[in-house]
Amino acid sequence: MANRAPAGTVAEVEGLGHRYGGTVALDGVTVAIPAGRMVGLIGPDGVGKSTLLGLLAGAKRIQSGRVAVLGGDMADPRHRDAVCPRIAFMPQGLGRNLSNELSVFENVDFFARLFAIPARERPARIAALLEATGLAPFPDRPVGKLSGGMKQKVGLCTALVHDPDLLILDEPTTGVDPLSRRQFWTLIADIRRERPEMSVLVATADMEEASRFDLLVAIDRGRILAVGTPAELMARTGTTTLEATYVALLPEAERGPGRALVIPPRPPFDGPPAIVARRLTKRFGEFTAVDDVSFEIARGEIFGFLGSNGCGKSTTMKMLTGLLPASSGAAFLFGAPVDATGVAARRRVGYMSQAFSLYGALTVRQNLVLHARLFHIPAARAAARIAALEERFGLAAHRDDRAEILPLGVRQRLSLAVAVIHEPEMLILDEPTSGVDPVARDGFWELLVELSRGEGVTIFVSTHFMNEALRCDRISLMHAGRVLACDTPAALLAAAGTDDFEEAFIHAMADAAEPAGAAAPPPAAAVLHHGGPVRPPRFPGLTRLLAYAHREALEILRDPVRLAFAFGGALLLMVVLGYGITTDVEHVRYAAFDQDRSPASRDLVAAFAGSRSFTGRPDLADAADLERRLRANEISLAFEIPPQFGRDLARGGTTELSVVVDGANPARAETIAAYATSVVAGHAADAVRRGSPLPRVAARLPAIEPRFLYNPAFESKYAIVPSIPATLLMLLPAILTAVSVVREKELGSIVNFYVTPTTRLEFLLGKQLPTAVIALVAYMLLVVVAVTLFGVPLRGHGPMLTLCACLYVLATTAIGLVIASFTSSQVAAVFATAIVTMLPTIQFSGLFQPVSTLVGQARVVGTLWPTTYFLHASVGAFTKGLDAPLLAADALALAAFVPVLLAIARALLPRQEV
Amino acid sequence: MASAATVFWLGLKELRELSRDVVLVVFVAYAFTLAVFSQARGTSSEVHNASIAFVDDDRSALSRRLAAAFLPPRFQPPRELAAADIERALDAGRFMFVVVIPPRFEADLRAGRRTELQIDIDATAMFQASSGASFIERILTDEVTRELQRSDEALDLPLRLVVRKAFNPNGDVVWFNAIVALVNQITLLAVTLTGAALIREREHGTLEHLLAMPVTAFEIALAKVWANGLVILVAAAFSVSAVVRGVLAVPTAGSVPLFLAGVAIYLFFATALGIFLGTVSRTMAQFGLLVILTVFTLQMLSGGNTPVESQPEWLERLTLVLPSRHFVSFAQAILFRGAGFDLVWREFAAVAAIGTAFLLYAVSRFRASIAVGR
Repeated sequence: MANRAPAGTVAEVEGLGHRYGGTVALDGVTVAIPAGRMVGLIGPDGVGKSTLLGLLAGAKRIQSGRVAVLGGDMADPRHRDAVCPRIAFMPQGLGRNLSNELSVFENVDFFARLFAIPARERPARIAALLEATGLAPFPDRPVGKLSGGMKQKVGLCTALVHDPDLLILDEPTTGVDPLSRRQFWTLIADIRRERPEMSVLVATADMEEASRFDLLVAIDRGRILAVGTPAELMARTGTTTLEATYVALLPEAERGPGRALVIPPRPPFDGPPAIVARRLTKRFGEFTAVDDVSFEIARGEIFGFLGSNGCGKSTTMKMLTGLLPASSGAAFLFGAPVDATGVAARRRVGYMSQAFSLYGALTVRQNLVLHARLFHIPAARAAARIAALEERFGLAAHRDDRAEILPLGVRQRLSLAVAVIHEPEMLILDEPTSGVDPVARDGFWELLVELSRGEGVTIFVSTHFMNEALRCDRISLMHAGRVLACDTPAALLAAAGTDDFEEAFIHAMADAAEPAGAAAPPPAAAVLHHGGPVRPPRFPGLTRLLAYAHREALEILRDPVRLAFAFGGALLLMVVLGYGITTDVEHVRYAAFDQDRSPASRDLVAAFAGSRSFTGRPDLADAADLERRLRANEISLAFEIPPQFGRDLARGGTTELSVVVDGANPARAETIAAYATSVVAGHAADAVRRGSPLPRVAARLPAIEPRFLYNPAFESKYAIVPSIPATLLMLLPAILTAVSVVREKELGSIVNFYVTPTTRLEFLLGKQLPTAVIALVAYMLLVVVAVTLFGVPLRGHGPMLTLCACLYVLATTAIGLVIASFTSSQVAAVFATAIVTMLPTIQFSGLFQPVSTLVGQARVVGTLWPTTYFLHASVGAFTKGLDAPLLAADALALAAFVPVLLAIARALLPRQEV
Repeated sequence: MASAATVFWLGLKELRELSRDVVLVVFVAYAFTLAVFSQARGTSSEVHNASIAFVDDDRSALSRRLAAAFLPPRFQPPRELAAADIERALDAGRFMFVVVIPPRFEADLRAGRRTELQIDIDATAMFQASSGASFIERILTDEVTRELQRSDEALDLPLRLVVRKAFNPNGDVVWFNAIVALVNQITLLAVTLTGAALIREREHGTLEHLLAMPVTAFEIALAKVWANGLVILVAAAFSVSAVVRGVLAVPTAGSVPLFLAGVAIYLFFATALGIFLGTVSRTMAQFGLLVILTVFTLQMLSGGNTPVESQPEWLERLTLVLPSRHFVSFAQAILFRGAGFDLVWREFAAVAAIGTAFLLYAVSRFRASIAVGR
């Protein structure tokens, strides 16, 4: 035991309360954690362990009460900043604070940088850690492709890289195979021998594991039940296992019936087996998830599948239910081959998948009714069945509650009720009790036993709880896609010569000749021999900023979807918008309703035919024809030439000619009307010039000369194409930046920001810079497309425009950062960014309406939105041919946005989880 | 084969779930009311409040009268500008139009000498430059004509064009924008709701759960199509009657039930697109990115914002395969031009044919994606 440990406490908590909305997570917790010890927080899921650890690590904001860690108040930001380099926090979930895209080495290196370990010390230090954890052979493997056990070892390396004084581990071994679990604890023990002054705080739901700890803190529903060594607690309650101890510590009302679970022997049952798996194999690409698995399950048997996360249990079960086709091998249910598309067999099977997979938005009753209907149970029978199940499964009290608000234990009972609603002969249950508290777990097993022994239902259940395995009639040990052994629990224990089931599992793993990597690691002696104290680099802040930028860049480069969105999306939209937005009115279909048919009227019709804007259609027969063809969109312009047209014209005076334009699209109608007016005016002027008898005003009118500057041919591409990059470089970089920040929130890796010395600005800039660089590359591509594909030359000052683009993408990515601060899911970030940015970009930045014509609020928004300036610069540089000084004004305006937006984003970013 | 009962009950479940999803409900409500309203009232590409300047080197009574003829709402009050500043002002985007009146303009005009007025137009303001120039030309001509008629007994042009705008006599852009906004929201929401429902089902593991029961992928997909399609149809019906016809007071020329029948047909395609995108993307975030790219592209190419006639010919032919193009086309035909079934049935048929084909394709992809596993 830790005799050498220094006296005193590493953390003290007083009257600590914490709630999430209306849910109380911690309720007046007071406890002192002694220093230099290995302290375990024990209790099932959802009792407040993670919340307590998060508060101790400084990851969560303290709501009420006092938390003192390493001799200071954690509510004081200065103290927190000072001690956070001495704390290491490994959050719950396999590799939750790691990046799946990055390699083992890159992940550890990222943390080393965050703690400002100088570049020349990092390689040796990381190498020593990888060596000690047995990860040395795989420094380049992406963490996403590691097993759960190896991920946890990487997590441990990242936690230890800066020599913490307090190591906080939240359920580090949940879902890890027994051998890796044992190795993990050996490793921790070795490290503690090396550095006895280090305190370790561990949360676990696995009571057997907790028996190794120095001190236990038992927690239930946000309150401390008891504190003491495992031996003390067991003695105090008079129990022999910690699980029983925990249950005994619970308040009486929660202890359950208090009787031990009794499993009557299975009545002998002859006949063909219910399930036969014959050499089942499943490959996903190169990865073999299930490798040559065979077994038989008799009718009425409870057959267990024991193994870690990702060992192939679920995949095997999915092949048996027909959800996944086998790569090779065969499976039979009740003697018939499982056909992936067959529906008939499914009526005889009930399946409960791993995660809670009912409709959370539906009530208990609605869920049951829906499933009864999907199995086509006649309404009357269904009603009786549902009532019976609600009674038997203890669901009646929750009948009208939505499933998502049920406690975990009740939810699992509901899942089981749903799985048996059609009275199946067989149940396939994938980890039905993971995370469920011991009392609820026993209740659940009672139901299973009843079904098996009482109704002869065959039950195939997977679990990672060793003690649940003992309740099965027979059990199959699974690891890395293979079945290691398959027998009754007693026989398996006997074969290993032990009474500890974990031992038996490890024995079976050893027998199966483990591949390298899971081999026992060398002693951790090397871990801490990395030479003297760390000398911080000159600019630790810059190191941290670059650490984030480096990681972000690697992640984006390895994420084909985001990369495709950044570049492919930009190019696609450039082409689509370039061709799609056009104001050129061409080929307007027109037809004449010529009631005159004189040379003069034919002349006029011919005048239209000569314009490239108009395309003639056959003459109109009558007014009804005119109406009909306009309605059918066959023509957009019709003109009516009155019967006396030629004669009136020859007589002098003013002749009226009426035209009808399709007014559905008013802007287009206006342009068509303008074109038609100018064709007619030109025609009339010609007539006058040809010698009209009377002096007319027309002859004396001033010649009006419109000069279309910058774009003499008045082709819309010269205006539209340069303005598209301004739109796209707003939308895409803002979305990508928002997603990259929110992604950290969603995946949980944002905790690295909470618990390391990283400042807000370092984090934000680190997130922003890689996206800004990508956006700048996209800008270059767009310029190339504009010049080559659309043939719009860049006539103005290119370098100055590029400077504007640099500043613009910094501003737009900063907008992404701002939006990220108030969204919490990636999909919300995508849509919120799109909605928030598109309105000012499209409406108030001069894309359709020049900013000089906007008034009131629209003008204010336009003036305060960066697109206005970049759009001006882009159109100016491309089409107006503006030189550097004129573009510089835009550059200055854009430069002003960047610090302001970053300051807003910084102010909105919480330094801790709220 | 698909069981109608299963499809029905699953669809009902879909509606229940949707009704509990506050974010999506708010999104739908917003999209079909406020979003349509603000888009309709928002942008106009017509000439409105245009910025104009005068370089008045004549400084005569007539030149001042010419400047005074430019009135709101089309034009901002004209500003004075020195000839030397024209280029800089246009470079900086301060004005869209600059009218240059040469020295001795009025005197020359009265003397019957040849005169000239110049309009400098910032031709990068594509949406207003052309029609703005023609307004300016007309205003200037009218003013000068009036002036000349006051002094002389001169006559007008031999031909006067009387333009009547069919279907929207006052050229009110709100009418057009409202329908474009509605049509765009229908596509966006149908795709988003259906795709999100599919991904939610997959992410929560309930998809697997369903497939382990006597339920087929086809039934699951069909349930999503009818349930989400129905929601959009109801929302669209509400929007067209309460928002477009009601609040925005846009008169619709044709039959609203006929339009809604067309929407119903189109929704088979739009929801199928949602299923397709939901199948292609692995996460909700990827789905969001894909939706933005796809829906934006569809909107741009389908003739809502800019007419398909203006597309290059190869592109125009290509967009014939987009049901959204036919949708936009018949929506405008029915609502603006009052077209009846006899005029739009071809487009209905095209949307139905392409939509059905795509739905079958999307469902087969969906089924295949399940078989391959996660």
